Amino acid sequence: MTTAITIEHVSKSFTAGGQRVTALDDVSLSIDRGEIFGIVGYSGAGKSTLLRTINALERPTAGRVVVDGVEVSALGGRALHRQRQRIGMIFQRFNLLQSRTVFQNVAYPLRVAGASKDEIVDRVDELLRFVGLSERALEHPSRLSGGQQQRVGIARALANRPDVLLSDEATSALDPQTTSEVLELLRRVNREYGVTIALVTHEMEVVRELADRVAVMQQGTVVEHGAVYDVFSRPSHPTTRRFVSSVLHHLPDAEALDRIRRVHRGRIVQIHVENRESNDPFLSRIARQHDVDYNVVYGGVSELQSRLFGTLTVELLGNDLDVDRAIAGIATSAAIIELPPSAEQATSAAEELIHA
Amino acid sequence: MRDIDLEALLPKLGEALLQTLQMITLSFVIAGVVGVLLGILLYATRPGNLLENRLVFGALNALINVIRPIPFIIIIIALIPVTRALLGTSIGTTAAVPALALVASVAIARIAESNLVAVDPGTVEAGAAMGASPARVLFTIVIPESLGPLTLGLTYIFVALVDATAVAGLVGAGGLGSLALTYGYQRFDWFVMIAVIVTLIVLVQLAQVAGNRVARAVQHQR
Ligand SMILES: Nc1ncnc2c1ncn2[C@@H]1O[C@H](COP(=O)(O)OP(=O)(O)OP(=O)(O)O)[C@@H](O)[C@H]1O
Ligand SMILES: [Mg+2]
Repeated sequence: MTTAITIEHVSKSFTAGGQRVTALDDVSLSIDRGEIFGIVGYSGAGKSTLLRTINALERPTAGRVVVDGVEVSALGGRALHRQRQRIGMIFQRFNLLQSRTVFQNVAYPLRVAGASKDEIVDRVDELLRFVGLSERALEHPSRLSGGQQQRVGIARALANRPDVLLSDEATSALDPQTTSEVLELLRRVNREYGVTIALVTHEMEVVRELADRVAVMQQGTVVEHGAVYDVFSRPSHPTTRRFVSSVLHHLPDAEALDRIRRVHRGRIVQIHVENRESNDPFLSRIARQHDVDYNVVYGGVSELQSRLFGTLTVELLGNDLDVDRAIAGIATSAAIIELPPSAEQATSAAEELIHA
Repeated sequence: MRDIDLEALLPKLGEALLQTLQMITLSFVIAGVVGVLLGILLYATRPGNLLENRLVFGALNALINVIRPIPFIIIIIALIPVTRALLGTSIGTTAAVPALALVASVAIARIAESNLVAVDPGTVEAGAAMGASPARVLFTIVIPESLGPLTLGLTYIFVALVDATAVAGLVGAGGLGSLALTYGYQRFDWFVMIAVIVTLIVLVQLAQVAGNRVARAVQHQR
């Protein structure tokens, strides 16, 4: 697989009101051709700044950014303008021109690139059909809903057949229903046109639905990155864990565990299940074998990129020796950890389990 | 109360209205061109913008700040020598135009500048991201996007010019202002006064309605 975007040791600082702000601190990443790469992080983490170095709306203070073999961070003038025509960008607030019709908005980048009138008419028609807005060509953006405006934004960004599409919180101003429509459209952009997409978001749900790989940013650095499945199933950095738990509720928090313990006085274990290929009913088989009863008291299993993973919190009932044997038995089939009686110890044990 | 003499009044009123319209139109057209160009120059030379130039920006800015607070009546009087040199006369309808145009240019420059500055920076960024040069962004995005509010600003200036022409009547410029002054004030002819006021109100209303329409048309909103 070839690389579409390389970010090498990029740092960026701003001086605002005499104060020096480090927005990016030695960030290195590479984004493969044809993939959808998510960048998540809390507000102020530097996500937008990083994204904007890819089309040189932001110049790195140090380091370099290479897109399709061209060092964009070193370009200026005409060469930069031409390079930007090959990188589409969509925005949280759409940024359409209110003084122009939908047609003229989509035609704008084609005019900039010097396309002929006939080419423009054909291409705009094709794009508006692709985003399903052919009927609205002659209207002005203010007459359209947010989702429709973003679709115009996407058509506009694709006008010059870019290899790369940058998306900065493109669905953050939309309701959940419209969000999934726009995400579906972005997926089609990726699949049908093979466009590499780098998308910035603070919503882990967007990453889960769309991205192949993800980078988690905090205070100007990438604290964790990898395939979406790996990051979601085994998050290692605390920030990543918080992001993952915002969309997946596999593990009980301390309060939930307290409530569970009030009812369930037996020994409690957590079992991490992951992409099981075998159909061995190991839990009931082992329980029967050692004369142990079990109660599933909490848990969740999710599918990501058509692979399953999850965690079950289970109460084991029986005499101590039998329960010990059952735990040892389950350990041969899945990662398992027994929760100590106090809640705090329990949460840190759960984290250990995931990294076992 | 004296008899109302409509037959004598109407031609006078018509002539005065024509003079007023002549003054306003001429000075408005000149000030529209000069003011909008100055406004664009102010915007473009601002720190961080296309033609960033502290010297030009600072000088223009200071000049406008100096002229704006001067009362119109003083500007007319101060400009008498300039007007005489320019037009060969310092009284009459056209003689009021340089002063009217100067005041309106300065006001329009500020209005145009602030409307350009107020254009959504997101659209400017989108233009840059699409590979448009800064000059292209200025002429095909910033200026078109500012036209709606600019039209309303121009309408405001047009109405203010109606006001100013009345004052210009003082230097013998004629028009509705001097009609009201000579008949209404000096001869206590209240009917003429009221006729002038009604004409002015209608004029201002028409201008405002037209301005609103144009603004809506260029803004494409309902
Ligand atoms: N033009 C600028 N001038 C000064 N500081 C800036 C500028 N742009 C960004 N910053 C600062 O850099 C840091 C990172 O900003 P950035 O916009 O990249 O964050 P973000 O992760 O996109 O946040 P959000 O989710 O709120 O959009 C912040 O502290 C921000 O205040
Ligand atoms: Mg941001």
